[in-house]
Amino acid sequence: MHSIKRGIAATVAVAALALTGCSAGGGDDGPVGLDFWAWAPNVDKVVEIWNEQNPDIQVTVQKQDGGDPVITKLLTALKAGSGAPDLIQAEYQKIPTLVSSDALADISGDLDADVADEFADGLWSSVTLGSDAVYAVPQDSGPMMFYYREDIFEELGLEAPTTWDEYAEVAAAVHASDPSRYLGTFSANDAGWFTGLAQQAGASWWSIDGDAWGVDIDESPTQQVAEYWGGLVEEGVIDNKPMYTPEWNAGLNDGSQVGWLSAVWAPGVLSGNAADTAGLWRAAPMPQWDADAPATGAWGGSSTAVTTQTENQAAAAEFATWLNTDPEAVAAMADVMGIYPAATDAAAEALTTSPEFFSNQEDFYDVAAEAADTIAPFTYGPNVNVTFSAYNDEFAKAAEAKTSSAFLDAVAEMQQITVDDLENTGFTVE
Amino acid sequence: MTTTASTHIRASATSSATTLRPSPIATGILIIGALYCLIPVVWVVAASTKSAGELFSSFTLLPSTHVFDNLAQLSAYRDGLFWRWMLNSAIYAGVGAIASTWVSALAGYVLAKFAFPGKAAVFSILLTGVLVPGVILAIPQYLLLAQLGLTNSYWAVLLPQIISPYAIYLARIYAAAAVPTDVVEAARTEGAKEFAIFNRIALPMMLPGLVTILLFQFVAVWNNFMLPYIMLGDDTLFPVTVGLSGLLNQGASAPSMYTLVIAGALVSVLPLVLLFLLLQRFWRVDLAAGAVKA
Repeated sequence: MHSIKRGIAATVAVAALALTGCSAGGGDDGPVGLDFWAWAPNVDKVVEIWNEQNPDIQVTVQKQDGGDPVITKLLTALKAGSGAPDLIQAEYQKIPTLVSSDALADISGDLDADVADEFADGLWSSVTLGSDAVYAVPQDSGPMMFYYREDIFEELGLEAPTTWDEYAEVAAAVHASDPSRYLGTFSANDAGWFTGLAQQAGASWWSIDGDAWGVDIDESPTQQVAEYWGGLVEEGVIDNKPMYTPEWNAGLNDGSQVGWLSAVWAPGVLSGNAADTAGLWRAAPMPQWDADAPATGAWGGSSTAVTTQTENQAAAAEFATWLNTDPEAVAAMADVMGIYPAATDAAAEALTTSPEFFSNQEDFYDVAAEAADTIAPFTYGPNVNVTFSAYNDEFAKAAEAKTSSAFLDAVAEMQQITVDDLENTGFTVE
Repeated sequence: MTTTASTHIRASATSSATTLRPSPIATGILIIGALYCLIPVVWVVAASTKSAGELFSSFTLLPSTHVFDNLAQLSAYRDGLFWRWMLNSAIYAGVGAIASTWVSALAGYVLAKFAFPGKAAVFSILLTGVLVPGVILAIPQYLLLAQLGLTNSYWAVLLPQIISPYAIYLARIYAAAAVPTDVVEAARTEGAKEFAIFNRIALPMMLPGLVTILLFQFVAVWNNFMLPYIMLGDDTLFPVTVGLSGLLNQGASAPSMYTLVIAGALVSVLPLVLLFLLLQRFWRVDLAAGAVKA
């Protein structure tokens, strides 16, 4: 306080310069200090374990808003030349964007060769982008699963749908039993969710060939998914309101949202938003397009990356590796952060008892592990944010229009907007 | 604030001539306006008493009994980080408002009472500044402060908010109205130095107007989101606005902490309410007095 007052009494510019002088000096001999931008709840508790064991490398978690904001902030800080952290929690779909902005350091030289073996191939390819470089260490994954209210299904004599045809039948039966009830909702706000559904159907929206990017959004897998959901919304058996709104939360509480196509992390959201429904839900594999070749998509999931502005790349890479592969760290992540760790074997050891919210279902993590094994491959491109906001805009209109053809138009629009943006920002598009 | 002043004058001028009768239409519009402003407040008060389950299931405006549970949870969040945010907001708004008021008073006084070349140009630029929303400036300010290595510090939020074109503009009007040029000239004849004239004579005369500016700036800084959001990475430096927003955006895989955010929002408006109640009387009585003298 005192110094602040004095600083203001002095001329502003002088005070500013004096302060720069102070903060720039010192700290060279002490332990290495790393800043880590992350948004996952309780990640600081896991970092505490590291700090206790590694007095020479002290990591400070600086909690950020999740999703797009943290990425924008990082890119601004990198442009400005200062203020970026050493480490950042980056969702998989953000990695190509960050790499094309030169925001992430290639840490392949700092990692042991066997780190790659800890993770499923699909996850590892999303942090290498299919190259020899390594841009991040996978942290958690979000295999999609289907959640439903077991009590209401029993009351109506319904079984969990195993195919999308059955899902449509169950949706109709649920809605017929009570017009306020829906088996789910088509959310025009959650592009990540729709991407997961398209991924399950076999879509991969971007592809890279040398220096040229390909955009394959408006192709048969995504069209199939859009047409299917457009049909359900047109029939009126599926709600068309976005998820994560107060209205949707109320629906989870009062039982008018009877199911949720979500991912392995759903228990955390359900226990936060609808605590009173604990023990009433059940997790199942996703309904399938082809029951003989089960597949699922991923919704969410993130990695730990080292930024190009760090002065301690080796130390940062060491921490990122520890956080995501050390059995103690992985167990702590699963336990206090409630995420599904990406390191396959360590996760299997750590996740033995079902989440408290699903205490009625002993095999919760068996279902999850099965889903995690069947995640279909998917390549993200450098302008995911543009595509996702195109999804929000176009599907908001389609969900309002409530026709299957409007859903297909929205997919075509997404393709067009994505291609135009890539061309405008100077990428070569096939 | 200026409209308050002018209605005061008009009201006191007309009330002596004719007795004012309340018009039902005007009263009706004012009541609707009051409801429009107050219902969200009532909502926050009611919602802050609900548990997470009740929040989305019980009747919107029906209060419940969990207000202390929510506050306890909020205080427990990451070892009381919320109170650190409150303290930060108090520092940003308190120090920022006082510094900004002083700077505005000085600038306004100089613009009102001194003749110097380029005065009209300076004032025009200031007027343009009033029209530019602060949000637009946040990114350029970030890039400038980054060059000085000042981002992610208290300075990053304090410095840009010290200069407020609107406050300087108000201060100029108050200075012109409240400080008679004769008094300034008399002090000069007596041999007082310019800074002494400002500090000892002009500043006290402008005080009621400055209270308005202080309140106005305090509220503006307290509620500011964009600037601290862009400037700060370290969450122990966050003001309460940015901190609470983070609780709502924890990524799709974590629940938004609605009950904590609502309880936090309630607590965060209390200092503003308190400040208004304490400073309100200052500001009302003397503003009219100053205005009439002009």
